[in-house]
Amino acid sequence: MTETALDRPPGDPSMPAKGDVGEPAGVLVYTIGLVLAVGLTATSFWVANTGLLWGPGVSLGLVVLAVAQMGIHLVFFLHITTGPDNTNNVLALAFGILTVLLVVVGSLWIMANLNDNMMPPPELMNLHMRH
Amino acid sequence: MNLLGKLSWDAIPLDQPIIMGATAFMVLVIATVLSFVTYKGYWGPLWRDWITSVDHKRIGVMYILLALVMLLRGFSDAIMMRAQQALAAGGAQGYLPPEHFDQIFSAHGTIMIFFMAMPFVIGVMNFVVPLQLGVRDVAFPTLNSVSFWLTASGALLINISLAVGEFAKTGWVAYPPLSELQFSPGVGVDYYLWSLQISGIGTLLSGINFVTTILKLRAPGMGYMRMPVFCWTALATSLLIVAAFPVLTATFAMLLLDRYLGFHFFTVDGGGNAMMYVNLFWVWGHPEVYILVLPAFGIYSEVVATFSGKPLFGYRSMVAATMAICVLSFLVWLHHFFTMGASADVNGFFGVMTMIIAVPTGVKVFNWLFTMYGGRVRFTVPMLWSIGFMITFVVGGMTGVLMAVPPADFQVHNSLFLVAHFHNTIIGGVVFGLMAGYNYWFPKVFGFRLDERWGKASFWCWFIGFYLAFMPLYAVGLMGMTRRLQHYDNPAWQPWLMVAALGSVVIMAGIACQVIQLFVSVRDRRQLRDATGNPWMGRTLEWFTPSPPPAWNFTILPSVGGFDRRMQAGGTQDYKAIEMPNNSPIGFITAFFAVITGFALIWHIWWMVGLGLLGALLALLAFAFRRREEVEVSAVEIARFGHAHPAEAAL
Amino acid sequence: MNVAATLSEARPNVAASEAGPASKPVIVAYGFWIFLLSDIVMFATLFAGYAVLARATDGGPSGVQLFSQASVAIETVCLLASSYTCGLMSLAVKSRRRIGTYFGGLVTFALGLSFLALELREFADMIARAAGPQRSAFLSAFFTLVGCHGLHVTAGLVWLVLMMVQVAVRGFHPTVQRRLACFSLFWHALDIVWVWLFTVVYLMGVRA
Repeated sequence: MTETALDRPPGDPSMPAKGDVGEPAGVLVYTIGLVLAVGLTATSFWVANTGLLWGPGVSLGLVVLAVAQMGIHLVFFLHITTGPDNTNNVLALAFGILTVLLVVVGSLWIMANLNDNMMPPPELMNLHMRH
Repeated sequence: MNLLGKLSWDAIPLDQPIIMGATAFMVLVIATVLSFVTYKGYWGPLWRDWITSVDHKRIGVMYILLALVMLLRGFSDAIMMRAQQALAAGGAQGYLPPEHFDQIFSAHGTIMIFFMAMPFVIGVMNFVVPLQLGVRDVAFPTLNSVSFWLTASGALLINISLAVGEFAKTGWVAYPPLSELQFSPGVGVDYYLWSLQISGIGTLLSGINFVTTILKLRAPGMGYMRMPVFCWTALATSLLIVAAFPVLTATFAMLLLDRYLGFHFFTVDGGGNAMMYVNLFWVWGHPEVYILVLPAFGIYSEVVATFSGKPLFGYRSMVAATMAICVLSFLVWLHHFFTMGASADVNGFFGVMTMIIAVPTGVKVFNWLFTMYGGRVRFTVPMLWSIGFMITFVVGGMTGVLMAVPPADFQVHNSLFLVAHFHNTIIGGVVFGLMAGYNYWFPKVFGFRLDERWGKASFWCWFIGFYLAFMPLYAVGLMGMTRRLQHYDNPAWQPWLMVAALGSVVIMAGIACQVIQLFVSVRDRRQLRDATGNPWMGRTLEWFTPSPPPAWNFTILPSVGGFDRRMQAGGTQDYKAIEMPNNSPIGFITAFFAVITGFALIWHIWWMVGLGLLGALLALLAFAFRRREEVEVSAVEIARFGHAHPAEAAL
Repeated sequence: MNVAATLSEARPNVAASEAGPASKPVIVAYGFWIFLLSDIVMFATLFAGYAVLARATDGGPSGVQLFSQASVAIETVCLLASSYTCGLMSLAVKSRRRIGTYFGGLVTFALGLSFLALELREFADMIARAAGPQRSAFLSAFFTLVGCHGLHVTAGLVWLVLMMVQVAVRGFHPTVQRRLACFSLFWHALDIVWVWLFTVVYLMGVRA
């Protein structure tokens, strides 16, 4: 079996070039990640509750913040980088995200379209089906 | 509180002679096999060498054996349906009452897709991929065994439904509201859901296993663009499995929650949305058909190149086309429900995407044709299946592109035209490919070739039988006949359906020829022996091992110099000991408890559910704490094998 | 003729794709990474179902009336903190420090358990207020999506306990290290799913 210099397991905290990461450096990475994540979470709660933002923009803002926080987790907690030793991991992640987007966005588009084209509103359907 | 839930002696359908006959036959076959094994004293070797084996080659063989057995059951359903429809015209009712007929078409689809085609495809991938990659086994051999046994559990549950209880009457897609508790209060849909959930886990684990194997476990020197095309298609298939099967798991979970706990995902009341099931089901369903056909395409690539005596034409475009199909297959699913009422922009988008996905497949067909052109074509059995595929699949593909146009689909949706189309592509594409692969790799698996004459006979029966059975269905579909009809009033349809029934009999002859082929080949195995390890002059790595390969595949792991370039001859042999993964009963034990849990869930025997889950958990715990993970094969044994088989591994 | 044996060494100018089979830690972690992606697709399906049914309250209670932001905030802090302590535990495992591993595991477990307790209390409250999963499609989807995440957390906690036992019994055997690596991947992924959960279900839900 060959050595791992060419490929890193996902989630591995050690830096490839420098061998094993020292304790303080590792803790620093996680701590920065925690602080950033807490900040983003607080911001999300604020965005959801404040009256300062334009209504329809709130959902978009929340999504952007969630994407950012996901990025923080990936970089600081899961150590996913863009280096060549991580290419497979990033590609797999990209494939997963693509699938998620297709399933969610596709389903939402289709179902919204189908629901719009449905004839009787739910209240009337309930009346009809009641037994 | 009833100790046995909904289960009682009434569950056995004693009043239905056809079902009881089939059950009796099934029990007889099982009893015969068990007696034979006992009489010959095979239980020890069976347990040690097969049931607890984590060897990808053994697991592959077991998958294919399961598939072939389930082919017989699925085909019995098919011939029963053809007979019924040939008879039940005008006022005639045929011999199958509607409740039975409904279970037959549901079982036919479910078995053929989940327990014939999938295991066959995964079995071939299992046997071939590690050998082609030049490695000793897949990434997670024990997980591989678990996958197989979970699939077998699902198959067992479906077979139990024949004898105890009933099967779903909803069709193999089980749309709500029909599949909800309100309209299907019996156990049939539960059998369907639980057997597929259990085998679905097995399939997902296989997908993970093969993605990891192909991406992380290849011989030194085998970069991505030096992999055989079959491995590329195996990769694409495995990626699709990983992406699509979780959707099915979640969708079935939602339906199960509706049925068991009164949730309202798809119910008529409570705000449920039955259309969402259709949408989510086909998000899985369309990638599924590509999961089935891509490995078949890979088999054709191997077979056509070998029997044309030329390297495959257009390797790069083949790889590109394969990965394009992989991505595009997630962009077309709405074409399965054009008629459900989406507006023109949605229907139009998916219609266009459906037509686009035909393009990479066309690229592949041209590449196969160009491979044959200028080559010295040998019309062996695998090559016949491949040529038969090229004609048949193209016809099926064209009818698919016809239906990709939404207004055209409005006319033929859920008619026999549709039924003919998907059988055209699945039989012409997937089944023909699997038969080609079966004949092609059989000598590698068992050390002797299959009989050519009976092989050719079986091909011609299948080929002619297929056209006889399905071309009339196109006609009768265009004449307006809907699918899944137990009887019909229009006498104009009957002659076509009688020809179709005749076609199914011819296919049955083809299957019979295959059974005879197997017997004859075993009988004549000395004459048919494969002494060189490479009976077809193939150029991929599996042909440079003995037939059958040893457990460790390669005495010395190969290193690949260039694509299609053979490896350099070595000097003296330096045999080292090899570490192989240990056999493990965890697969079988997991399956055992899965069957118990599944059966208990179906019949609402809650204490048994608890026992089954507990058993599985304890087995998992015991496995997690096992000490010995690997066993060493000594250098002496390897040397002995290497000296006994000097002829193969010729370079 | 026989096959030559040249198992390749890690030569610097060999492309990663031609270097031969990867090492076991890489293989195991990558396989688990692929499994996690499949799990995330399953969650995505449940998300899609929730998004479609979010307005299907059938005249019953909606998210605005049911969700408590305070509870969600505390749950989020618990889970995020547990991700952090899990990371610290990974560092301890890498440097083979037993006490650090046990301590990190214990705190992670406690935080995860707190998360679960709060979530279960929320569910019990809702059921007591006739807002259980059988009331409407929206509630079915909510309980299933959030409940599925909760089940994963539960499985993770059981797994964590087992891993601590394994460390005690077998020390930092390579198998144990690989399994701990998989656990931390799992735990971090669950936190990522929770980020989307609290954003889409709770924060967007209370806006309605």
